[in-house]
Amino acid sequence: MTAIRIGAGAGFSGDRIDPAVDLAQRGELDFLIFECLAERTIAQAQLNRLSDPEGGFDPHLEARMRAVLPVCHANGTRIISNMGAANPLAAARHIAKVAKDLGLRGLRIAAVTGDDVLAYCRSSLPDLDNGLNFTEIAASAISANAYIGAGPIVEALDKGADVVLTGRAADPALFLAPLIYSFGWRMDDWDRLGKGTLAGHLLECAGQISGGYFADPGFNDVPDLANLGFPIGVIDAEGGIEITKLPRTGGAIRLATVKQQILYEILDPARYLQPDVIADFSNVAVEQIGPDHVRVSGATGHPRTGKVKATISYHDGYIGEGQISYAGPGAVARAELARSVIRQRLEPLGLRESRVDLIGLDALHGPLSSAAADPNEVRLRAIGRSDCKDAAGMVGQEVEALYTNGPAGGGGAWKSVRATLSLCSALLDECVVDPDVTFFEAETSCV
Amino acid sequence: MRLRDIAHCRSGDKGNTLNIAVIARDPEDYDLLCRDVTPERVAEFLRDKVKGRVTRYEVPTLGALNFVLEEALSGGVVGSLTLDTHGKSMSSALLGLPIGDTLDRDGG
Repeated sequence: MTAIRIGAGAGFSGDRIDPAVDLAQRGELDFLIFECLAERTIAQAQLNRLSDPEGGFDPHLEARMRAVLPVCHANGTRIISNMGAANPLAAARHIAKVAKDLGLRGLRIAAVTGDDVLAYCRSSLPDLDNGLNFTEIAASAISANAYIGAGPIVEALDKGADVVLTGRAADPALFLAPLIYSFGWRMDDWDRLGKGTLAGHLLECAGQISGGYFADPGFNDVPDLANLGFPIGVIDAEGGIEITKLPRTGGAIRLATVKQQILYEILDPARYLQPDVIADFSNVAVEQIGPDHVRVSGATGHPRTGKVKATISYHDGYIGEGQISYAGPGAVARAELARSVIRQRLEPLGLRESRVDLIGLDALHGPLSSAAADPNEVRLRAIGRSDCKDAAGMVGQEVEALYTNGPAGGGGAWKSVRATLSLCSALLDECVVDPDVTFFEAETSCV
Repeated sequence: MRLRDIAHCRSGDKGNTLNIAVIARDPEDYDLLCRDVTPERVAEFLRDKVKGRVTRYEVPTLGALNFVLEEALSGGVVGSLTLDTHGKSMSSALLGLPIGDTLDRDGG
């Protein structure tokens, strides 16, 4: 096999579905990958699983699979996704049912498990990156999931999976796995693993490399964002990478969009730590070889650290929030008055932390924004955290009370209070993660 | 001149750490980026948001600098009370950094 074609069907759980269908139909893909699992997503999924033992997978899993499974099955395109979230087994069982509904008998769905390390953390009590030890959050811990590498996904493909559903896997590993499988790369071929990791890193955010999250009118213009095309990676056995997209789709694949994605969420470009390899992007070069067609070369790799990162979530009190808008002449002065009133009213609540920002003035960049001219409208946003739900709820109530007690002309008040999850991470020895692959078939009764 | 005139940026988050990639539109401006967009100036410019260390990595093959800003997200995506919990908009903040003639005239 000289090169394989991998489509990126999603960059996050809530991503558009129609560009993935277009890729499945016209992309001549060998693999279609859906990266849908953010750090915070798996904590919420774990809560869902606690309330429903067959729940806890991605809420859009069925819609995505119904949209692409028939065409992928017809074209021989295999699907890999982390939409298993906190419950890959239930996700695979569910998709077996969906496939049966769709008449896709014989479709083989693999669930990759083993990322759940909560029980291990409860017994080993690791130190956490937030300065605490696991002991201090054990009573409120919800989930602990280690980042699994490409190995078990390769195993699933080797055994004939048409669909592979994982929980917490390293995002680039979803893309690295089909390369290892297709080209027979060794798991200590560090350079190729580094190149494959770069391919995965470029594709994992889907539209973010094809002109999404890039447009800045007059500086970076991008055509037809409403019909943004998702990327295709064409990767050869040596790890050569070309990124392109389908004709007649919106967006653009340029040197600039590719460069932004190379460095997206990267710390030291020479040491991108992954469960399978330390990828080195410090000498990567890009070349435009056609319209919406960029070649990327120069990634290398170094032996992996032997440690894997685990993300841990825990209950951490309540957040209360309230918002109200002021507009017209003197809007900022009235909002500033409201801010001082709210600060005074929140003071006796003993909140763990709170802040009051003026959206339109200083909510995003703080004092950096202060040089700009006064806007015609601003929105006060008060937010506070407390271990006591009632105290958190008072934040929104105090904002609402500005209607009859605050400055003139406040409008559109809104409030909320919600339980909050905090996240932290721990580094674990890779040997504590023991992944497993379980198969389900569409004709099997899956009650 | 401001950074936006010669560069584009994207930010990303890892826990409570933020990265901002600063990429020259024209590779010939990379030297100017290296001269004027120092970690010290970035730390000073974003001092209200960034409480920790600022590290700069140079990627000359891409004409890019990658800034890693620690303690920049008030606790990270889930814990933070800020409106932009990911720090996504911080890339746009940095594009307002004075560089070149403006920097020379203002004396930094």
